[in-house]
Amino acid sequence: MKTHHSIEMGGNLNYVFDREQLTAIENILEKDLMDLGVHSVFLIDMAGNIVASKESDHGKHDIYSLAALAAGNFGAVSTMAKLIGEEEFSILFHRGKKESIHFSKVAGDFLIIIIFGKELSLGFLRLKVAEITEKIAAILER
Amino acid sequence: MAIINMKKGEIQAKIVYYGPGRGGKTTNLEYIYNRFRARIKTEMVTIKTHGDRTLFFDFLPIEIGKIKGFNIRIQLYTVPGQVKYDATRKLVLRGVDGIVFVADSLAVRRKENVLSLKNLSDNLAPHKKSLSDLPVVLQYNKRDLAEEGIPLLPKDVLEKDLNHELKAPSFEASALKGPNVVQTMKKIIVMTIDSLQRELA
Repeated sequence: MKTHHSIEMGGNLNYVFDREQLTAIENILEKDLMDLGVHSVFLIDMAGNIVASKESDHGKHDIYSLAALAAGNFGAVSTMAKLIGEEEFSILFHRGKKESIHFSKVAGDFLIIIIFGKELSLGFLRLKVAEITEKIAAILER
Repeated sequence: MAIINMKKGEIQAKIVYYGPGRGGKTTNLEYIYNRFRARIKTEMVTIKTHGDRTLFFDFLPIEIGKIKGFNIRIQLYTVPGQVKYDATRKLVLRGVDGIVFVADSLAVRRKENVLSLKNLSDNLAPHKKSLSDLPVVLQYNKRDLAEEGIPLLPKDVLEKDLNHELKAPSFEASALKGPNVVQTMKKIIVMTIDSLQRELA
């Protein structure tokens, strides 16, 4: 899916995000996720570049490496899905003892990665994620 | 697939080091990481086997300062070179903005270089890209082995095998010892940013 601000050049699709779009996205990440108690959230593209990110004081991470690995992980898992005849898996989530990480696709070309602790239930988080992926997709389409 | 953030005034671009197995892709990144350690704020990420062969990718993000008012953040990646990891190579190529092809100068690896370049071309196609429309730099690595009397491919043979159509900039290098590693990286960064800024203009 191409956004209003995407520039196609010989097959190389680049994305330009203006101030308004980024502010709107950051507000959603802040109000709809960080305020729930999520520890970190980042919106990335499938190449591992970060579009927007928010982190709580809970734990500052190396978000650039996380983004690269998350994109790689999601890409690998999606390829495995296709190899076994699935279009895609409906959930990609890794549960840790203290922190867990959830992946969700947004608008075809992007991923939202959420790191959260035991105080949030996965089910509740997934409901919120479904809401915000629609809101973010709408901003990307502007 | 570069990301241009007008709010932060930042461009993020992805450069992939490609080439046959054991050719020196990871060694290139390790040299860069060690050389610029003081300026690189994060650790280099490597996902490799027990035998030190790259399994998934190596990753090194570097901030190179401002160009035309934009803060430039380059993500350097390597692919695993072994033939069996082709599906992984395809994945890592996703969203690539610039490529360094690291060729192995060992005479015995001549065929592997050609096969790897063809593999690169084949793997770009599903991403709707081709070598002719991406910034590419060729690196003829392991030139230091000449001193040890090990038979190497002369530059003109490598040029004929790999560069007769592409006509990309090429460097003779030694990723282990250092010569032309940084120059290769600078060249591909400049070419990649130039190509992105041309379309921004």
